Amino acid sequence: MEFTEEQIVRYSRHILLKDVGVEGQEKISNGKVLIVGAGGLGAPVAFYLAAAGVGTIGIIDGDTVDLSNLQRQIIHFTADMGKTKVLSAKEKIAQLNPDVKVNAYQDLFTSANAFELIKDYDFIIDGTDNFPVKFLINDACVLAGKPFSHGGILRFDGQTFTHTQGNVCYRCLFNSPPPPNAVPTCSQAGVLGAIAGMLGTIQAAEALKYLTGVGELLTNRLLSFNAKTMDFRTVHTRRSPRCPICGEHPTVTTLIDYEQAACDILSHKNNS
Amino acid sequence: MATFNLDITKEHCPMTFVKTKIELAKLQKGDILNVSLSAGEPLENVPRSATEQGFTVLSVAETGTKGIFNVEIQK
Repeated sequence: MEFTEEQIVRYSRHILLKDVGVEGQEKISNGKVLIVGAGGLGAPVAFYLAAAGVGTIGIIDGDTVDLSNLQRQIIHFTADMGKTKVLSAKEKIAQLNPDVKVNAYQDLFTSANAFELIKDYDFIIDGTDNFPVKFLINDACVLAGKPFSHGGILRFDGQTFTHTQGNVCYRCLFNSPPPPNAVPTCSQAGVLGAIAGMLGTIQAAEALKYLTGVGELLTNRLLSFNAKTMDFRTVHTRRSPRCPICGEHPTVTTLIDYEQAACDILSHKNNS
Repeated sequence: MATFNLDITKEHCPMTFVKTKIELAKLQKGDILNVSLSAGEPLENVPRSATEQGFTVLSVAETGTKGIFNVEIQK
């Protein structure tokens, strides 16, 4: 593809990078990334991928913008309250970079639409706030052979890893979701707003690394940090032979919609 | 192996090397790009960046016009 003069200037800091260059920027411009959740994680991911010029960004979220979101979901502004999150995000992306095509899905990510949604994308971002959908993203991506970035934040802590085909998946590390209400969600336990940016930007960087083929992805490693101490830790991980989806005797062969915590369902009802 | 020309005398940092990289990206390995640039920042940075990024700077010479240099870069 031939970049316009404006694009050459816009993406000059990528073109200057030895590992990215013109060829890498072309890969970014041809890239398609699906962001599941337009919240704390999805907001910085969407901003950075849009700024980078990712050709197609899909965003799925069933919620509308609430006042309590604005402390960390930086793609939504005060005037957006009541608007669907996908529309709010789409409007900001259009202002930031008109090169980007945005597919907005005002919906929940479920076993019924998961495969259809991920089908056309190169890389998937887990920007969700609950275990059932985190497992669903993992299962759909593992079964479809799609790469994804897992991300989770709570209070002052964040964790992330990247899955590509044949490497460690979420179920290798965490067999199945905890019982509903066993682990508090952000809406119950709180979260320091800025850590959404810390983790989301790591996910965005992983997506850009995947698209360009630069560096080593966060595969077979689990990165976690605590913002109180600002300690970052990377633990090497291995595929589990007993993993229920990618192990030797898989028991998970179709997609499952696990039960959500009561307050999550309530918040979806309140917001939609 | 072919030879190409690029004039970046009107560009400023960092667009000087950005434009150079864009031209180099279009060339085949072994091709040569003659870059016309100004003394000062472009003359200091473009050959250095080209070398750092794995290209070969074959020569640097002042042209007939004072303050304008030709840098011969091989892909």
